Amino acid sequence: MSTAEDGRLMAERGFWTDTGKTGIGAWIFSTDHKRIGLLYFYSVLFFFLVGVILGLLMRIELMAPGRDIMGPQTYNALFTLHGVVMIFLFIIPGIPGAFGNMVMPIQIGAPDVSFPRLNLFSWWLYAIGAVLVLTSLFTGGGAPDTGWTFYVPFSAKSATNVSLALFGVFVLGFSSILTGLNFVTTIHRLRAVGMTWSRIPLFTWSLYATAWVQILATPILGITLVLVIAERMLGTGLFDAARGGDPIMFQHLFWIYSHPAVYIMILPAMGIISDIIPVFSRKPIFGYKMIAFSSLAIAAAGSLVWGHHMFTSGMSDTAVLVFSFLTFIVAIPSAIKVFNWVSTLYRGSISLDPPMLFALAFILLFSIGGLTGLILGAPATDVHVHDTHFVVGHFHYVMFGGTGFAFFAAMHYWLPKFYGRMYRKRPAVIAWCLMFIGFNVLYMSMKVLGMRGMPRRYYDYLPEFAQLNLVATVGSWILAAGLAIMLVNLFRGLFRGEAFTGNPWGGATLEWSTTTPPPTLNFIKEPVVTHGPYDFKALADDSPDGMPGDGRNQ
Amino acid sequence: MTAQPHEHNIISFRKLAAVWATLLVLTAATIAVTRFDLGGLKVIGALTIACTKAGLVIAFFMHMKYENRLLQILLFVAVVTLAIFIGLTFFDVLYR
Repeated sequence: MSTAEDGRLMAERGFWTDTGKTGIGAWIFSTDHKRIGLLYFYSVLFFFLVGVILGLLMRIELMAPGRDIMGPQTYNALFTLHGVVMIFLFIIPGIPGAFGNMVMPIQIGAPDVSFPRLNLFSWWLYAIGAVLVLTSLFTGGGAPDTGWTFYVPFSAKSATNVSLALFGVFVLGFSSILTGLNFVTTIHRLRAVGMTWSRIPLFTWSLYATAWVQILATPILGITLVLVIAERMLGTGLFDAARGGDPIMFQHLFWIYSHPAVYIMILPAMGIISDIIPVFSRKPIFGYKMIAFSSLAIAAAGSLVWGHHMFTSGMSDTAVLVFSFLTFIVAIPSAIKVFNWVSTLYRGSISLDPPMLFALAFILLFSIGGLTGLILGAPATDVHVHDTHFVVGHFHYVMFGGTGFAFFAAMHYWLPKFYGRMYRKRPAVIAWCLMFIGFNVLYMSMKVLGMRGMPRRYYDYLPEFAQLNLVATVGSWILAAGLAIMLVNLFRGLFRGEAFTGNPWGGATLEWSTTTPPPTLNFIKEPVVTHGPYDFKALADDSPDGMPGDGRNQ
Repeated sequence: MTAQPHEHNIISFRKLAAVWATLLVLTAATIAVTRFDLGGLKVIGALTIACTKAGLVIAFFMHMKYENRLLQILLFVAVVTLAIFIGLTFFDVLYR
């Protein structure tokens, strides 16, 4: 191969080849935000699939009344693990760690994040935390059986290996804090010339709001988990009522982090949707400022509503009233977003490509999840459905139907940019269709079961719940089939699909203006921003051939 | 204030001793309030004394009083956030 040809190939493959470094060391010791983003992506995807398998096993156990494939202790360990893996190893680090790292610096025209080494360190902390959590399954007294919430007094007494799992989550928290710190600094300090605050893409805005929650709330989880470890190891009695402690204090401390964590999970997902909808509607986003503002409002108000997890805990009635009121306030900025997305679609020139389909599914599923959240936010109805499958259905609608589908949307939207190859759209649409159907069959059944009184976290149930549980299990298989088709099609496309260099979706944000895949420092020439992130007209005017985006940074 | 760190960061021995003495007095006060039955005020009293002590340590021993405005604001934001979190839990603790 001639040198010229070699040089051309390196330029074509962007950050994959332009440093000349290869092997595993070029990845796990790389400070390039795109490589770290991909590291995160494959790590979280791995744990997502682990979580999916655990979920499927739980559904098989619940397929029929009585013991099917496992006993109660195994089931307890399984739902604990499913929760811990999905929440701490997939959904919290998922979008910020993977797509935030990959896309955000390019979106603001930066060569990298502010602290690239700290960024790498955060992935290492994630990896160490994950190993600790996994180790806790096979050592000590066996897999933790407390549920992902680690409620005292049970978590202080359980003979299973709770302490190590807690420590693993503690380490994972630091990874999250470092990511947040890095993003806030990067967004403040590294924006390109012309990238004013009102030109920042909404995905980056949502990461900015999320980053503040990560910085301010995560330390509280850290200290809470350490307190439980102290309770177990030293017998401090902090949460033991018999010794002057307060078990409800644990719930306060836990949810002071874990409710804002819900917004760490959903806000970046909303950002993805806000970036995708205008591109596939060929229209500027409706109400840019309100969407950016509502991200901050959700982050702020969402941090003050943790008490709605505790309506039945024995907390004071005054607190129930206050937290219920605050909960209803969070619905306002969330509804602003939904309204603005739908208004963007209105009279747009909509193309139903896979990222758009996932985004549209998000709007519907998130709305259902959000509205059932209000049923839980009202104390009178919450008392009836608390700790039933209704709650399980609700948060899967928000977390899986919301964040999960947004994650899939981002995979179909951004990953081709980083691989320079496109997947086939037809199988992606079929997969989306299956997932959408399977999802609703599975989780709508759970909601109905919960309304009828089936409690969560039991491996068995009364015979009258048998039919719907069978339906839900079949739904989980449809969902899994769709997921499998989606992943096979996507990765086959990314590795062997048709190569492209342009701007496949016609996006107006900066990541579509650089070469495909982007070079290590993101731009061949430092970008100067002259128009807003959803100004498709300016994009068309800028291109020499009059077509939106030519894929090269001229 | 990195330009002239030495002028600003040296705190006189007298001042440090005064802060230390104040901390000792406040520690005594912490113990003293436990002797009285103040009901709900007991927590507020203890927290007020603890906050004052932490404030003194941060301001003088940790030099925050002599740091630049940005750092002070950042610390203030963190403290206010924590105060809001703790404050809201009192809707539970005080009315249980």
